[in-house]
Amino acid sequence: MARNKEALILLIDVGPSMHSVLPEVQKVCSLLIQKKLVFNKYDEVGIVVFGTKDTNNDLMKEVGGYEHITVLQPIKVVDGDLVDVTHQLPQGTVPGDFMDAIVVGMDMLIKKYQDTIKGKKRICLITNAMYPIKDPYEGTKEDQVYTIAEQMAAHGMKIDCIIYRGHQKQEPHNTTIEENDMLLSIFSKKTKAKAVHVESSTSLLGALRTRNLAPVTTFRGDLELSPTCKIKVWVYKKTSEEKFPTLKKYSDKAPSTDKFATHEIKIDYEYKSIQGPNTVVIPPEQRIKGYRYGPQVIPISSAEFDATKFKPEKGVKLLGFTNASNIMRHYYMKDVNIIIADPGNKKAILAVSALARAMKETNKVGILRCVWRQGQANVVIGVLTPNVSDKDNIADSFYFNVLPFAEDVREFQFPSFSNLPKSIQPNEEQQKAADKLVMMMDLAPAGKEEALRPEFTPNPVLERFYHHLELKSKNPDAAVPPLDSTLKRITEPDPEVISQNKLIIDEFCKNFELKENPKLKKSARRLLRDQKSGSFEGQVGKSKTEDKPTNLVGSTSGVKVETIGDVTAVQDFEAMISRRDSPEWVSKAIFGMKNKIFDLVENSCEGDNYAKALECLVALRKGCVIEQEPKQFNNFLRHIYRFCQEKNLKRFCEFLASKDVTFITKTEAEDSDIAERDARSLFVKGET
Amino acid sequence: MFSTTCSGEDEESTSHFHVAVSSVAQSIKVQIINRPYDEIAICFFNTREKKNLQDLSGVYVFNIPEREQLDNLTALFIKEFDRVEETFSTVIGSEFGIVPGSRDNSLYNALWVAQALLRKGSAKTADKRILLLTNEDDPFGNIKGVTKLDMARTTLQRAKDAQDLGVSIELLPLSRPNEEFNVSLFYADLIGLDGDELAQFMPLAGEKFEDMNKQIRKRMFKKRRVRRIIFTITGGLSIELNTYALIRPTIPGTITWLDSVTNLPLRAERSFICADTGSIIQEPPKRFQTYKNEDIKFTPEELSEIKRVSTGNLRLLGFKPLSCLKDYHNLKPSTFVFPSDEEVIGSTCIFIALHRSMIRLKRFAVAFYGSSSRPQLVGLVAQEEVTDGSGQIEPPGMHMIYLPYSDDIRPIEELHSDTSGMMPLASEDQIEKATALVKRVDLRDFSVCQFANPAIQRHYAVIQALALDEDEMPETHDETLPDEEGMSRPGIVKAMEEFKVSVYGENYDEEDEATGHGKGARKRKTEEAVNKAAYYDWSKLADDGKLKDLTVQELKSYLTANKLTVAGKKEVLITRILTHLGK
Repeated sequence: MARNKEALILLIDVGPSMHSVLPEVQKVCSLLIQKKLVFNKYDEVGIVVFGTKDTNNDLMKEVGGYEHITVLQPIKVVDGDLVDVTHQLPQGTVPGDFMDAIVVGMDMLIKKYQDTIKGKKRICLITNAMYPIKDPYEGTKEDQVYTIAEQMAAHGMKIDCIIYRGHQKQEPHNTTIEENDMLLSIFSKKTKAKAVHVESSTSLLGALRTRNLAPVTTFRGDLELSPTCKIKVWVYKKTSEEKFPTLKKYSDKAPSTDKFATHEIKIDYEYKSIQGPNTVVIPPEQRIKGYRYGPQVIPISSAEFDATKFKPEKGVKLLGFTNASNIMRHYYMKDVNIIIADPGNKKAILAVSALARAMKETNKVGILRCVWRQGQANVVIGVLTPNVSDKDNIADSFYFNVLPFAEDVREFQFPSFSNLPKSIQPNEEQQKAADKLVMMMDLAPAGKEEALRPEFTPNPVLERFYHHLELKSKNPDAAVPPLDSTLKRITEPDPEVISQNKLIIDEFCKNFELKENPKLKKSARRLLRDQKSGSFEGQVGKSKTEDKPTNLVGSTSGVKVETIGDVTAVQDFEAMISRRDSPEWVSKAIFGMKNKIFDLVENSCEGDNYAKALECLVALRKGCVIEQEPKQFNNFLRHIYRFCQEKNLKRFCEFLASKDVTFITKTEAEDSDIAERDARSLFVKGET
Repeated sequence: MFSTTCSGEDEESTSHFHVAVSSVAQSIKVQIINRPYDEIAICFFNTREKKNLQDLSGVYVFNIPEREQLDNLTALFIKEFDRVEETFSTVIGSEFGIVPGSRDNSLYNALWVAQALLRKGSAKTADKRILLLTNEDDPFGNIKGVTKLDMARTTLQRAKDAQDLGVSIELLPLSRPNEEFNVSLFYADLIGLDGDELAQFMPLAGEKFEDMNKQIRKRMFKKRRVRRIIFTITGGLSIELNTYALIRPTIPGTITWLDSVTNLPLRAERSFICADTGSIIQEPPKRFQTYKNEDIKFTPEELSEIKRVSTGNLRLLGFKPLSCLKDYHNLKPSTFVFPSDEEVIGSTCIFIALHRSMIRLKRFAVAFYGSSSRPQLVGLVAQEEVTDGSGQIEPPGMHMIYLPYSDDIRPIEELHSDTSGMMPLASEDQIEKATALVKRVDLRDFSVCQFANPAIQRHYAVIQALALDEDEMPETHDETLPDEEGMSRPGIVKAMEEFKVSVYGENYDEEDEATGHGKGARKRKTEEAVNKAAYYDWSKLADDGKLKDLTVQELKSYLTANKLTVAGKKEVLITRILTHLGK
């Protein structure tokens, strides 16, 4: 049996106020169970929902009370059914009592395990704690919670509370909520508990740790401030990337009748001489490592290598302190370690606490030289930053980040921004627009939850993988599920933030002009545009542009524009001409635009549409340059010129001449038959 | 490609010659590691013998057989050059510089030879340099009149011609004992110095010389963008950025496997073998994950589709104050981004505007970077340009910091939270003492990359020693060790002592407190084991071959009682017991 077996009770509030986030709760719970199925197959899980109309639990049968709490699934080893149970959480009809639910959960754990698997029993409560809990028969609510908490500690249980608070700002002083928060905080004081408050469904997905890893120390020993003054510390990893699961390679060679086939594939490496016959395999003992020295390769045997290599002594030594500003954030090299005082050593806790607070006060950081293990190939130099705890029952600690060595830094030179020509520097207006954008597109507004906090942001790729895995287990041909809207909040800007700041964003867009570099080859440019109108862009664009089609400046979004409208002629044209699903769109767009311009010129009264027509003409010209269709434009320009001459609309011709709309020349598009000097020939002729 | 010609000058003063040769030897040893593709030639001038393609007198191009005169450095070349001093007087020999009555202008010849050597390779792809080492500040001092003027003029003309061809000439002067090297006599004109440059030249040259001897071995990288990415700021506004790897851990170079008999390189061949049937498979089309006792198969297309949660672009999500970026929000080295107008004109302008706003408002941008390997949230931290006298230290731009996801962050702090409610807190006095200590032990000018990596330096030194057949392994200095001398300064010792007393009390009894428990527990365990072990007649069990019938726990009790290691499998334990019993 697995030694690290964990028993977990999920306590889920399904009361009416939770209905809006139940899909997320289902997702996070099923992810948790799925990960257990893959990584901790022997873990046991039970699921309890509260706030249901019916009641079904042992305590009710034994002692009565404990209403509206349903044990959906008694504790059992994780399996596929459990995943299904999480997918079918019932929608409750009454406000549930979370404290009763906790007691039911505890009772289940105690009955099943008594005093075994100490420290591996966990209760996970997901609720919004909006409704008051029942008053106990005797004593205050507070006393009751203390009793429960003590029991919990005595049985070595942990509790994680995830309290979902949505955007309920309308009642800032809700006494029930305050009381409940206070009651739940007792758990964090009295037991190994964690209570987190989340406001968005995205953070709800990230709030529950879905994979339970037993933390392992990288180092236990002395933090040597000097040879005579040492502090006993333990070092753990604080961050470590949870990788995409390594999937095994599948072999279909085994006959389908073979029930015990592993279908695995072994990888075998053979070393052969570059010269000589192809069949001679060099045995491992005849191989020797070589390193390049100039053009040659210098062989070095592993014995020589071991004898000569750098062998640092294990230990963590302080080199000194320095101003925090000396260490820039981007020099952090790796995942982060945390250094805590030896938990059993009161003096060490004091020493770490004193140092951490002193460093924080003086804004200093420590520089350490670390060799975590004897026999480690190299030393690490890193920066020690204080992590002062704001909770009474959590000790102060340090974070440790690895810094680069001299060899690791590449000194590339870049042009200084202030030396760049004035033309590409932002002017005052532009700077103002940028300031506003940076200020207003705020992900951490005061009084609200910080959006996309790494602590509460789930990994969308892993979520999607496990989702797909579950789908495939039911139907092997299931397609990859689309990214759901909750996860989209991670990969794409929040539409709410965008719509709130629409004015600022529009102003920003208006202030800056982007042009494609005309000197680039056609193929390269096409690449750029295709990237811009990629499928994801398209989806966002769509949801936004459906109601307000003009809010994206120069949008190349993938909204399916099929005709050129009156109001947004230029945008429609650009969208159409950049559609790539059929080659016909280019000519359709050009054709449509030509008609539009004719309409505008013809229906103009006293030239009021001329500006608009010009705008369209300029857009058409640009489009034709990009698409390398110069003849289309040049012929059209000639045509409209003649048309105006005939229809007595000479003012438009003059207008065009004054605005310097010219033919597309050979330099702009290879196919043009107009030379550079003839670009204005049309108007010159007209004037003479 | 990058070419250097070192012209060492031989003069009467041997010490100067020694300095020049040894620093050249030193710098080529560094060069072969830092820039292994550079091509180098070494020529002496003012020599007795001549050896050069042009057959000009007074110039000797040092080389080894089977190597072009201007070529990559090789171990043999370095080795031979290390020994050049021993044989110098017999093989090459020195001569006075330009003497009256002779039409030979050795400096002129040297420049000509060097320039001819550097003709190889185009000026576009290579940086061509002539490094001139000399201690003679007035090469034409011995002659007078028209000849002198004429010689000086032709020499300068030759230098100018070389410079016009894209060859830069650098001078490394060696001052004589009692007189300063006077650049203005002749060389100022040759290398084109005037005004302020002239005044600063000597001190700078001195530094350069120092650098040559002290350079660390560090593989140099050409500035090259890693990727071109599109940064989408809002729905319709995307700018173009280039990413650069400014900080990446150095590895000791790639390993080439060799055949130890022939020393020929080997080629690795990978084959996939079906574990069930043993047949060889081409690259397998599918992957699988065992889930609910089933093998769930995924095609590569499905896997890449799963990972494609966003396009390969960088999408702006919003801004946060810098205080939201915690010290533990880090996973791997950051990537530097710099704007480019190559495809989209106006990118730089927008980038600069955002950059300035972010610095002024102390905010960083949060964006989603949809790379194909690991799509993730990144923080873009604007960095202002930092320069000092010698140039740019921090380039202006933004650093992309890869942020962890919730499951990448571990709640270690809560692991040892105290259930009784209160953690001991440092008192005011203790914090005060700690503050004094922190202020005392101050590394004032600490810069992030001031330490060389001792393991890499060691590695390079070992490879060099093996390549050049050096007899002893060189000792490398580990710069990362604490400065014990500095730490033992009275002020620091006092502050340290006060801190210690304030936290630990008069008796620094931490050691005992910590190990006390451990010892007690171990003692108890041993006693138990002795009792348990006494239950069996080990020697008899061993003789009857019955040891294997005991459980591992029982076997271990014997080992613990006899203070042997308890690690290993059952068979190992039995063997260990048998050895201990002497059987």
